[in-house]
Amino acid sequence: MRDKKLKNYEDLKSLHKEIDEEKSKVKSRVLVCMTGCRAKGAEELARTFREKLDVPGMEEIEVVDVGCHGQCSRAPLIMIEPEELLYGDVKPKDVDEIIEETLINGRVIPRLCAEVEGRAAAKAPDIPFYSGQERDVLKNCGRIDPQKIEDAVAAGSYDAAAKALTTLSPEDVITIVKDSGLRGRGGAGFPTGLKWGFAQQAAGNEKYLICNADEGDPGAFMDRALLEGTPHQVIEGMLIAAYAIGANNGFIYVRAEYPIAVEHVTMALEQAREYGLLGNNILNSGFDFDIQLRKGAGAFVCGEETALIASLEGKRGMPRPRPPFPANAGFRGKPTNINNVETLANIPLIIEEGSEAFHAKGNEGGRGTKIFALAGKVKETGLVEVPMGTTLRQIVFDVGGGVPDGHTFKAAQIGGPSGGCVPAQHLDLPLDYESVKEVGAIMGSGGLVVMDDRTCMVDVARFFLEFTQKESCGKCVPCRVGTRQLADILNKICDGKGEPKDLKKLESLAKEVKAGSLCGLGQTAPNPVLTTLEFFRDEYEAHINEKRCPAGVCKELISFSITVDDCIGCGLCKKACPVDAITGDSKQPHFIDPDACIKCGACHEVCPTNAVVIS
Amino acid sequence: MKSGTVKEDPGVNLARGILEKHQLMLEKPAVGRDLEKSQELLIPLLQDIQDAYGYLPPPVLEWVSKKTGIPISRMYGVITFYSQFYLEPKGKHTIRCCQGTACHVKGSQAIGEAIEEYLGVKDGDTTDDMQFTFESVQCLGTCFLAPVIMIDNDYYGEMTQGKVKKVLERYSKS
Repeated sequence: MRDKKLKNYEDLKSLHKEIDEEKSKVKSRVLVCMTGCRAKGAEELARTFREKLDVPGMEEIEVVDVGCHGQCSRAPLIMIEPEELLYGDVKPKDVDEIIEETLINGRVIPRLCAEVEGRAAAKAPDIPFYSGQERDVLKNCGRIDPQKIEDAVAAGSYDAAAKALTTLSPEDVITIVKDSGLRGRGGAGFPTGLKWGFAQQAAGNEKYLICNADEGDPGAFMDRALLEGTPHQVIEGMLIAAYAIGANNGFIYVRAEYPIAVEHVTMALEQAREYGLLGNNILNSGFDFDIQLRKGAGAFVCGEETALIASLEGKRGMPRPRPPFPANAGFRGKPTNINNVETLANIPLIIEEGSEAFHAKGNEGGRGTKIFALAGKVKETGLVEVPMGTTLRQIVFDVGGGVPDGHTFKAAQIGGPSGGCVPAQHLDLPLDYESVKEVGAIMGSGGLVVMDDRTCMVDVARFFLEFTQKESCGKCVPCRVGTRQLADILNKICDGKGEPKDLKKLESLAKEVKAGSLCGLGQTAPNPVLTTLEFFRDEYEAHINEKRCPAGVCKELISFSITVDDCIGCGLCKKACPVDAITGDSKQPHFIDPDACIKCGACHEVCPTNAVVIS
Repeated sequence: MKSGTVKEDPGVNLARGILEKHQLMLEKPAVGRDLEKSQELLIPLLQDIQDAYGYLPPPVLEWVSKKTGIPISRMYGVITFYSQFYLEPKGKHTIRCCQGTACHVKGSQAIGEAIEEYLGVKDGDTTDDMQFTFESVQCLGTCFLAPVIMIDNDYYGEMTQGKVKKVLERYSKS
């Protein structure tokens, strides 16, 4: 086998050409999402396609395992190229029909398409979920095989890095990134170019670059999708960043909970080395750079940069006060630059298209696009990429299709445990760094969990405080003790033991924890409490004064009963009840013994006539 | 992390191979700057040991400490800080019940309770027959499947209390 090593920019260009020629021999491609859709049977689906297409005459049809297409609610989702047809909820039994009708006869199968106003929509521009988006960073996600560097190169990967390394100076690169207005996508939104400048100017030759892939915010999965779907885009971003600041060694610190991401990144790093895109004298630029993958061991606080560095050094992942900032004293005490996955994935785009094109998207509060992980009580869940400043309403209702089952929108939780709950009256809030801050939330990493009238906001606040309390590393007192106290008070309120003075206590304590904590975890932990207190105070008051949970969630404040008129006596609830609290004869109304009931909700879940009511 | 079968004898042979892989099979325990460098590899080292043994057997840790010079106190400090290290043998299958935000608003608490009831163990514990270890985790990053559980490396989405039994029964037999 010939040496794959690319010696210069020209080699990369000819490789690109070679792959293009090879690809032009393929007539059609069936792209099967092999990341999130695996949970819904994508593996079996791809296997079925391969088996059925492994016959003479079908050589020009290729089945490709790809990353996330974004519309996870229709998983498993496939795309058929060149027509770019999107089929959702595809089962192995549909494969024969897809081959016969679509791949051979070129006809669309309406039943597998998205339904838009009663009509079948096969292509992205006709589906509101996609037409409301601008997929720049996710452009190649779901379109290329993440396990093949050749696919990435064919899609243009490493062009920007080659351009930067061979035609631009590190200072040029930093200027371009500064001018683009890119801000960190991991949470705080610090200007990326400025951060790079600090690391570049720091004294010393031994510098490090770290990609923070410890995506710990519950409800966020955009970094997972990028690492799984287009790992080379992230590696290319790192290569450019390392060149700009002068780092020869890099790390990707990825959550251990993401096995597919670990697998794909490991593969991508090996391939990049094989092609000489990592290693010594990359593309004859005189620049050396290599990356090591490190797996996290389960600690949310390691998303904080100084804690992450401690973890890389083999210590307990505890943050330390800043300054000195990692740009001056980071890993091994040397200048270190840390960027989030999505931030790095934006870099090749900026170099390729120029800072002006990037700056033109978004608004004063943020430039470029932002990827949101849309989940919770919303029809279309999945990955959504929109220009900064797109309103919450556009994302939840236009792209996401609104709240399902006739329920009403109550709030959107933005930014995970550091963020806040944005209520319906702020639906027209543009989502950018500055506007989000004004309502007491933060952009965070981009988790967006929709909540409806069945969600109790006090319970949500309690949920987050229990989370941060568990994840607090314990180093500083305001966070360690403060989050515990906040969680205790919230638990008390949810249990129906709240007193009117608790609200004041919550507020003053929240402010103290915010002001006194050492790192971002503690400084932002009270945000879910403060925003729910501001926008949903009536729910807190109902819990405290009336001992009532309006959403019917808090166990101590609700009871289950069966409406006699609606009960058909099917006995499903009786069967489902784990504590035999339900009695009744067949075809006769059933009853719940309130003393025996443990309020698990199993009866409510199985009742076919909604006769089980929560009050 | 794989939840492989638990080895009866926590011999050090597997650990020897792991130390060799990390170039930590030293003539004598490291000190000073060399020790600092070895310590940087502590987390990957522990992860490999856990992959090989299914958990972190204390006798193996002591042996590793003697070989490398990394103090045992340092090891325990790190092990007990991170949620994914285990000092006790785990069950054949690990059930992770996601308690992330999206799962929470879709009723994951009831799913966790149904699992606890089916297995007869609490969060973090292993069944007596060593078949299952159950743990609640913060977020599996598959929010579109909420509420979701993960058994070993397989996801089960849109869980209901009724589905818990059906899914777990499949693993009880194997």
